[in-house]
Amino acid sequence: MMLYIVILFLFAAITLYFLLGGADFGAGIIELFTSTDNKHRTRKIMYQAIGPIWEANHMWLIITVVVLFVGFPVIYSEMCIYLHIPLLIMLLGVIARGTAFSFRNYDAVKDEKTQAFYTHIFVYSSFVTPLFLGIIAGSALSGQIDPKATDFAHAYIFSWFNWFSVSVGFFTVALCGFLAAIYIVGETEDIDEIKRYIRKAKIMNIAAVICGALVFLASHFERVHLANWIFGNPVSLVAVIAATISLVVLYLIISHRKNRQWIRVLAAFQVCMILISVGFSRFPRFVIFKDGSSMSLLTEHANSNSIDDLGIGLLVGSLFILPALGYLYYAFKKKA
Amino acid sequence: MDDFLAARSQMALSLGFHIIYSCIGMVMPVFMAISHFKWIKTQDPVYKNITVAWSKGVAIFFATGAVSGTMLSFELGLLWPGFMKHAGPIFGMPFSLEGVAFFIEAIALGLFLYGWNRLNNWVHWTAGIIVGVSGVASGILVVAANSWMNSPSGFDFVNGQYINIDPVKAMFNKAWFSESLHMIIAAFSATGFAVAGIHALMIYRKQNVLFHTKAFKIAIIFGAAAAILQPFSGDLSAKNAAKRQPAKLAAMEAYFHTQEYAPLVIGGIPDTAAKKVNYGIEIPGLLSFLVHDNFKTPVNGLDKIPVKNQPPVAVTHYAFQIMVGIGVLMMLIGIIYFYELWKKKDLLSKSWFLKTFIWATPLGFIALEAGWTVTEVGRQPWIIQGVMRTSEAVTPMPGIQYSFYLFSFIYFTLSVAVIFLLKRQIQMVPELYDRKTA
Repeated sequence: MMLYIVILFLFAAITLYFLLGGADFGAGIIELFTSTDNKHRTRKIMYQAIGPIWEANHMWLIITVVVLFVGFPVIYSEMCIYLHIPLLIMLLGVIARGTAFSFRNYDAVKDEKTQAFYTHIFVYSSFVTPLFLGIIAGSALSGQIDPKATDFAHAYIFSWFNWFSVSVGFFTVALCGFLAAIYIVGETEDIDEIKRYIRKAKIMNIAAVICGALVFLASHFERVHLANWIFGNPVSLVAVIAATISLVVLYLIISHRKNRQWIRVLAAFQVCMILISVGFSRFPRFVIFKDGSSMSLLTEHANSNSIDDLGIGLLVGSLFILPALGYLYYAFKKKA
Repeated sequence: MDDFLAARSQMALSLGFHIIYSCIGMVMPVFMAISHFKWIKTQDPVYKNITVAWSKGVAIFFATGAVSGTMLSFELGLLWPGFMKHAGPIFGMPFSLEGVAFFIEAIALGLFLYGWNRLNNWVHWTAGIIVGVSGVASGILVVAANSWMNSPSGFDFVNGQYINIDPVKAMFNKAWFSESLHMIIAAFSATGFAVAGIHALMIYRKQNVLFHTKAFKIAIIFGAAAAILQPFSGDLSAKNAAKRQPAKLAAMEAYFHTQEYAPLVIGGIPDTAAKKVNYGIEIPGLLSFLVHDNFKTPVNGLDKIPVKNQPPVAVTHYAFQIMVGIGVLMMLIGIIYFYELWKKKDLLSKSWFLKTFIWATPLGFIALEAGWTVTEVGRQPWIIQGVMRTSEAVTPMPGIQYSFYLFSFIYFTLSVAVIFLLKRQIQMVPELYDRKTA
């Protein structure tokens, strides 16, 4: 029983990191793809939107890691061995991004040269971090991790450097950009800005659809049976259909600027459905190896004492965290 | 450089930097909350200015502390998968609680930094206090996880299997209290002295004297009080180490031969081959007294430990000497400060007094690093004392030295950036933070 609660928290933390942290990353991605004329304005709006909450959003990653290494230590250490390089690059992205963001805002002297320097680091790492996050997720499921490999390249490079993982990476980047654009639509009252971000959201969504198609294409080349996974079980199928319908609804209402909260909910819903669809189709498998064997969340878990304590810790912790987090979002929703 | 040494160096480097960022990130919010409280109570704009100025420092250090901490939680797995595979479920409890504390800290920090003019004064102040309290709680929890490596408990190790796991017992292992206490006090004294030192420098240069004087006073009260308390907690820690890690204690003291009236060796150059210390000052019986409260009782020396289980003696001994030496010095400076406070002398206008604090700025952090070296190097060759060797835990992936070079570069750059940013904060005090009205 407690095991299922822990697993639920694990997926919830991953999903929330994707939604909230993803919108954060997306802010940087949008800044990267904004024309120079608009950069200043874009930066200001996005800073107001994510400044107070980005530290908290980042914590879902920590929760994910802690749940993995306490609850599923074997899965965690195997991933750390074979996905060492992409994890490392993602981490470098996290470091560069977090520090550049806060340095940019807390540097007491705001001269253009250093600000531009922080901005460069911020926007490029905002792109690299979710790219590798996606690559890691793709690799865990792609079946390219080969513990029997004897040479460096097969063991530590091709485990993640393959068409499928990389296309999942780009898909992730596009989704983050989409989430950020939608999130910011709800953050500003300026009609021109809202129009601009709605356009950006549409572009990012198109990019996501294209990258999604690439993921399917790559899955064919890498012999990952993605289509079978998703269309092969009712829950995943329903999730995918729901995501598609919500996409249509989103397009229909996106131009009505009155329904901005609904746009957010729909965008979040779409991303959740994508995660649920894939997550459910593979559940309880978390990492799949080249020989077809896999590591399951239901078998590769820690002893029951550790799981029980972890579950209690998470339940009690969320009693503190969730209201506080709610208050944080609420306090900065009220316009000053 | 081989992979094992590279992995150890990278871990040492990461911890060495994280410990500084996180100590400042943990203690500064407390200072900030004190000055914020004084502002709410007195409405003296200087205190508001100090609070705002310090909060910028907190934000910078929180960000660097958070990212370097994230790195560490991954590095545990990236560098030591063999360790995490077994240890994760046993000592993970404090980590999961720390995750909660850290989360709350991040939320409260968001509220504090962006809450000016948005939140009610006392709600705002409470957010600051929560940042401080959860920061200290995280510190205690992380050290409790580390102390488990020094004093493993909450499981049975039978035929290479880890069974009967009890995470709560593992968390409350026998070293958690003394180690956490020592660490928290160290954080307060190191940060207190560093912050006070920087403000002392500005007073010495006669810049924004009122602002820096009030800031100095808040920081040094904590720094000095912590420095005076630290030797007591140190004694507790040493007794604990003697009981649970005799090899570590013997290496700290460079104490090669078990004997009655065991001497305390001050300074000196250990000669591991000849098993003696050259040029050290020996005080007979003092080590016995410190460990057993009795001058005669023998203390176990390195001769009781098989050579393959002995930590590097010289490094541990030097690090320990540096830590204790600096600790004593800081305690004396702390006593001088309180004497001054008691006698109501205005020593802040005396240049020798200011210079003392200016010179003392980095001392606490040097002691902190030295103390950390004692804890970690003194535990070698074990990653889990007496259970798992560090060499058994390392990742099978080759090429770790490149990762080490990369990390060295990153931490070096990050430190340069932080120093650069702090310089600019101080440079901007007259314009941004020393306004006459709130």
